[in-house]
Amino acid sequence: MEIYLDNSATTMVSPEVADIVIKVMTEDYGNPSSMHRKGVEAERYIRNTKEIVAKSLKVKEKELIFTSGGTESNNLALIGMANANKRAGRHIITSSIEHPSVQNTIKYLEEQGFEVTWLPVDTKGHVQTEVLKKSLRTDTILVSVMYVNNEIGALQPVEELSKIVKEYNSNIIFHTDAVQAFGKYRIYPKRQGIDALSVSGHKLHAPKGIGFLYVSEKVKIKPVIFGGGQQKNMRSGTDNVSGIAGIGEAVRQAYENFEEKIDNMYRLKDYFIDRLSELENIKINSQKGRESAPHIINASFCGVRSEVMLHALEEKNIYVSAGSACSSNHPHISETLSGIGLSLEEIDSALRFSLSEYTSKHELDNTIDCIRELLPVLRKFTKKK
Amino acid sequence: MEFKSFLIKYAEIGVKGKNRFLFEDALVRQIHLSLKPLNTTCHVYKEVGRIYVDICDYDYEEVIEALQHVFGIVGICPVVQIEDKGFEDLKQMIVKYMDEMYADKNLTFKVNARRARKNYPLKSMEINAAVGEALLEAFPESKVDVHNPQVMLNIEIRKMINIYSETIPGPGGMPVGTAGKGMLLLSGGIDSPVAGYMMAKRGANLEAVYFHTPPYTSDRAKQKVMDLAKKVAEYSGPIKLNIVNFTDIQMYIYEQCPHEELTIIMKRYFYKIAERLAVSHGCLALITGESVGQVSSQTMQSLGVINSACETLPVFRPLIAFDKQDIVDISEKIDTYEISIEPYEDCCTTFVADHPVTKPNLKTIKKSEIRLQEKIEEMVETALKNVEEIIITSE
Repeated sequence: MEIYLDNSATTMVSPEVADIVIKVMTEDYGNPSSMHRKGVEAERYIRNTKEIVAKSLKVKEKELIFTSGGTESNNLALIGMANANKRAGRHIITSSIEHPSVQNTIKYLEEQGFEVTWLPVDTKGHVQTEVLKKSLRTDTILVSVMYVNNEIGALQPVEELSKIVKEYNSNIIFHTDAVQAFGKYRIYPKRQGIDALSVSGHKLHAPKGIGFLYVSEKVKIKPVIFGGGQQKNMRSGTDNVSGIAGIGEAVRQAYENFEEKIDNMYRLKDYFIDRLSELENIKINSQKGRESAPHIINASFCGVRSEVMLHALEEKNIYVSAGSACSSNHPHISETLSGIGLSLEEIDSALRFSLSEYTSKHELDNTIDCIRELLPVLRKFTKKK
Repeated sequence: MEFKSFLIKYAEIGVKGKNRFLFEDALVRQIHLSLKPLNTTCHVYKEVGRIYVDICDYDYEEVIEALQHVFGIVGICPVVQIEDKGFEDLKQMIVKYMDEMYADKNLTFKVNARRARKNYPLKSMEINAAVGEALLEAFPESKVDVHNPQVMLNIEIRKMINIYSETIPGPGGMPVGTAGKGMLLLSGGIDSPVAGYMMAKRGANLEAVYFHTPPYTSDRAKQKVMDLAKKVAEYSGPIKLNIVNFTDIQMYIYEQCPHEELTIIMKRYFYKIAERLAVSHGCLALITGESVGQVSSQTMQSLGVINSACETLPVFRPLIAFDKQDIVDISEKIDTYEISIEPYEDCCTTFVADHPVTKPNLKTIKKSEIRLQEKIEEMVETALKNVEEIIITSE
């Protein structure tokens, strides 16, 4: 039996979502921009999804833009808002542990003449409010801090951070990459002071290639993709109707029996961390409890290269992801893991386990059993000094 | 101009005496194989010292590319074939040919007629003179140069009349299938696919062996080797890839032998296993991508110690005296470089000593190997029994 613990990389499309996607693709395949009935039918799916998403976030439907996923949402948010607001200033603040789709987009803006402050994190992976406070400047226009870190699951104090920003200058835009958070938390941007928020569909059991960006109507933003003027000119290109229909159903499901599901995931996470801690010479890099996300557990298996453990688990049909890859071939070192102060050896042996609502206790027990069996064998063959 | 035929020039196989027909037949066969995926109607035939490919419904670029993958071909000449409608018509056609082929007429040329059909009313020399005159008249800015012409205009009078003047270079070498079969030790690196390519270029058929060490190497590393074999197969024809699970043997060596000798002893077992596979599959040699001095296991001393692991077969190392850059150049030409540098390298680096021996001594190594004698033979047997075979074709 397959045990899939890489849900932060991507998730299985849920059967109900797959059904609706197939229906749109094979029956209601019209172009929503067409004037005839087929177009109107297709448009109905978009309206429906907008309604579901808007309700889940308590925002207006017109504040949503569908994109191809998290990366595009982040690109559109950062480039679009930086360009639209550069007259007010050219200073951007972000954290040093952002996903590459934020990090590299901001590096691009840096090349375009924006000034960037990269905020460090503490050993739990949290951006400190004091540090943010000191970094704010009169020419700051944009602050972007992720909601949940994708490697260790650290939950950022988004609400506090945005409060500090808004107290300093209410015109500064606060963006958050919520790719790992949406569907795991109830997020209400208007209450939490979030002006823009990025979401990806395939992290919550919708297909790859769909996502959305929430942008508050009060915020100025310019498009980054030009063409036929779809989505009120904000994102040209024929609407991905099947994907949009799919993400609507996925969001509906994510927030159905929400508390129950999330409580269960937290229980599983804490259980898994406890079980991992029983093993010898393990370092848990994620926090127990509500301080970090319910679905991400990062741990270092000192003395075993993460890739080796990953492939050894793979042979037992258990799928996880490596915190950082073989350093001989990937000189790149995870900024999150080094950011929270791990040693090189701990980084080199870090694995990420990520759960979904489909994960069972039984699967976690099996995983622990396999690790327990593999560890001594693999440790025997670590590099001789 | 539409080319209905290609004249295939070949060099070395022209000098093979009484065996020549074997080589020509192999070349014809390889040309057929290379054109098969294009789904065209083609006719490949040999005629005194040359091979023709008549072809219709084809894409010019595709055919040239396919032929440029066939070893043994030195040059490919696109030929215009016309019917014999009298000499006046021939002259007109040739003027038209030159006009279309060469935009800039400020060139020197020589007409080179061959009269294979001896009943043609004009002799070769007469054709040369008359056609040359017609061309000079049509294009006053052109000149004749019989010693060193820019354009050599060939006219062959056969049942049809062939006109050609361009030669597109082929890959050279010998047709695959004329040199026996070799067992290539294929890793995911830059060198081994190039070594395979070079042996195929000398006419060898290839088989390959890859040593897989899960979980220290991933399925992506295996996929990478398959991708590389596929590229080499574009030149060599289908390759049987033998995948050997080497993990247990590697772990055993790691446990039993001195760490700094690990790479040497491991490679000796690569050779031993490859040789046994090779012998049972009818291969006549092992082929490796080694090059003197490239890494610690490729010093002359190391190569000597590793080489002596082979009991019967010779080991061919076509890259032995190549600089890395020269190897890279070839790998770029055959399109394997991009695949080779993909970062799915094995995690075997875990086991590489910081200071591996560079001047191993055979006696010392053999002494270390005694520590393996309890289980190694059984492990090798098991590995050989569980070889995964995949036939890799270029399609």
